[in-house]
Amino acid sequence: MTGFNLSQILHYQDLFLSGVLMTALLSCIVMFFGSIIGILGAVGVRWGPRPVQYALRAYVEVIRNTPGLIQLFIVFFVLPSFELRLPPFHAAAIAFSIYFGAYAIEIIRAGLDSIPRSQIEAGQCLGITRWEVFRHVICMPALRNIYPAFTSQIVLLVLGTSIASQISAEELFYMGSFVESRTYRSFEVYTFVCAIYLVMVLILKTVFAAGGRILFRWPAHD
Amino acid sequence: MRAFSGSDLIYLLYALQWTVALVVIALAMGAPLGLALALMRTSRRRLPRYIAMVFIEVVQGVPLLGLLVFFYFGVPLLAGREVAPVIAVSIAFTAYSASFLGQIWRGGIEAVKGTQWDAAACLGITKWQQFRYVIGPQAFRMSLPPTVGLLVQLIKGTSLVSIVGFVELTRAGQIISAATFQPLLVYSCVAVIYFSVCLPLTHWARALEGRLNGAA
Amino acid sequence: MALLEIANVRKSFGSLEVLKGVSLTVEPGEIIAIVGRSGSGKSTLLRCINALEGINSGEIRFRGEPVRQNMKNLRLLRQRMGIVFQSFNLFPHLKVERNVTLAPVLTGKVSKADARELALEVLTRVGLSEKIDAFPGQLSGGQQQRVAIARCLAMSPELMLFDEATSALDPELVGEVLRVIEDMARNDLTMILVTHEMNFARNVSTRLIFMNEGMVWEQGPPAELFANPKTEEFASFIRATKQA
Ligand SMILES: Nc1ncnc2c1ncn2[C@@H]1O[C@H](COP(=O)(O)OP(=O)(O)OP(=O)(O)O)[C@@H](O)[C@H]1O
Ligand SMILES: [Mg+2]
Repeated sequence: MTGFNLSQILHYQDLFLSGVLMTALLSCIVMFFGSIIGILGAVGVRWGPRPVQYALRAYVEVIRNTPGLIQLFIVFFVLPSFELRLPPFHAAAIAFSIYFGAYAIEIIRAGLDSIPRSQIEAGQCLGITRWEVFRHVICMPALRNIYPAFTSQIVLLVLGTSIASQISAEELFYMGSFVESRTYRSFEVYTFVCAIYLVMVLILKTVFAAGGRILFRWPAHD
Repeated sequence: MRAFSGSDLIYLLYALQWTVALVVIALAMGAPLGLALALMRTSRRRLPRYIAMVFIEVVQGVPLLGLLVFFYFGVPLLAGREVAPVIAVSIAFTAYSASFLGQIWRGGIEAVKGTQWDAAACLGITKWQQFRYVIGPQAFRMSLPPTVGLLVQLIKGTSLVSIVGFVELTRAGQIISAATFQPLLVYSCVAVIYFSVCLPLTHWARALEGRLNGAA
Repeated sequence: MALLEIANVRKSFGSLEVLKGVSLTVEPGEIIAIVGRSGSGKSTLLRCINALEGINSGEIRFRGEPVRQNMKNLRLLRQRMGIVFQSFNLFPHLKVERNVTLAPVLTGKVSKADARELALEVLTRVGLSEKIDAFPGQLSGGQQQRVAIARCLAMSPELMLFDEATSALDPELVGEVLRVIEDMARNDLTMILVTHEMNFARNVSTRLIFMNEGMVWEQGPPAELFANPKTEEFASFIRATKQA
């Protein structure tokens, strides 16, 4: 044991940097597609026909009650059997989008439910269209209500993308294990990787807090 | 190569006990630490509040996977000798569950109205007794649903232990999958097992929540 | 032509029949006060008039045009009636100006450029022009309710409905809202007011309606009605409100 030594690891800074970028890219892709799933799904759960509602609820329950790692394995090993051989990064993006989408549905649905009926009725009574009621009356207050849960889900997502390393998608954690295999400085490598994640999360949280202050300027509790 | 058979299923269910064991350890050791964190976080003094906050932010700011390998490689270094993986893994999960429990229970404590503290203080009992008999029970009731929710999160989290070679449910799945070349079937079985453990807990959490909202 | 004709309207929630054949005609310029015990169906009647609730049978006509929940131009119809709720229902995320001008702008009644002027005009009528840039959450209950009234006025409605506009207010804030409504009454706006303020009902309305058990039980000029209740139900209702 030769004490904590980072110098060897820092030779690989380019690898770590590309890992960070891939983690960020993966998170952004998943956020995008997962949010689309979340929005459409929440609309479907709330206003869709019965069979659609049941299907969506089953989807949400299955995803939320099984580990993401297993979902990742299933997506990664199922796609080839449909003659679809995707690179690990793509498989991870798909699996995580499905995962994030299920949580997004729950969060957005709760946000829609949090708007009192009286607000919607007040909008209707003004003689504006249903879309206008949604756009101008429901949307922003609902966004404010889901903002804390949604942003912490994004933080969990960024951290969760690390399991993509288990199918060799080249994101940050994978880069860590690669450098470990070259340097054998396991503890230093992973401490360093954890520190990078921590910094990313702190930056994200700061941005979200600032975003919340800018977006939601009206006083809370009517 | 061989086909997936009934004995594989039994092997999976057998491995489930390690999943359960890890969760029990994480809760048993995480709960006292989590309570301490919650009390520190709501303390009137700044230092304990600050320490608890940093602990929670750091543990929740790194991936669970990172936490696992950090302790897996870190604990032997610290101890200066080989340490059974189960110990390192337990420490990681303890820290993980404690940070979340600390956060959840802090929320519960803060949700109890200030007037309850005042009322308790008027009884002329110690600060700890005020918590033990007046605030704590109310806070516990309010934080029970998210606590059960955390249980589900922990169960799912234990799947990551497979990466350090610990044979719990997911690792057992990987082993069988490698032997049978039937990953889809094997992982589906694994998913079904996780699902049937987690779903009742999720529903319980939801029922508790509903009861709480109904009562409020 | 009558502004509003309500003919034999029935409305049930499940097995509970709330409106049991309500008939009522409102001429332009009338100020109708509706009083009655809690649960007698007053709010339900107002909600049926602008089709927030559908009716089971009977008919509601506004300027001769039948009001139905699934009608195509329900929106156009709602633009011509305003309703003020007990709980204000302002939009918390919009400033007062936007609350007031949202509907006029979206429906093309006023251009975006002229919106502020319109807001100032109607807010002046309710005495709140200085709050034009506040959020609802920064106003008192009485002020919020006056903004809600201004929000209706901005659409220049032909009929105004008030559902216990002052019931959620602290006693010292009731006066300011009633004064605004009185002022509107003087300006020949047709109004239907559900209220628990008996004196206000007596002084402001041109016709008083006592609802009981889901029906129009008694109606007429307020002074007359209060002086000689024709039914025992109304008499005991008056006694009960006097005690309170
Ligand atoms: N959406 C609904 N579903 C079921 N029952 C309802 C609904 N709305 C109203 N009711 C019932 O209809 C009856 C009449 O209600 P309504 O609100 O019209 O009375 P009200 O005369 O306005 O009373 P109050 O003076 O208390 O406001 C009540 O018994 C109420 O419980
Ligand atoms: Mg009512």
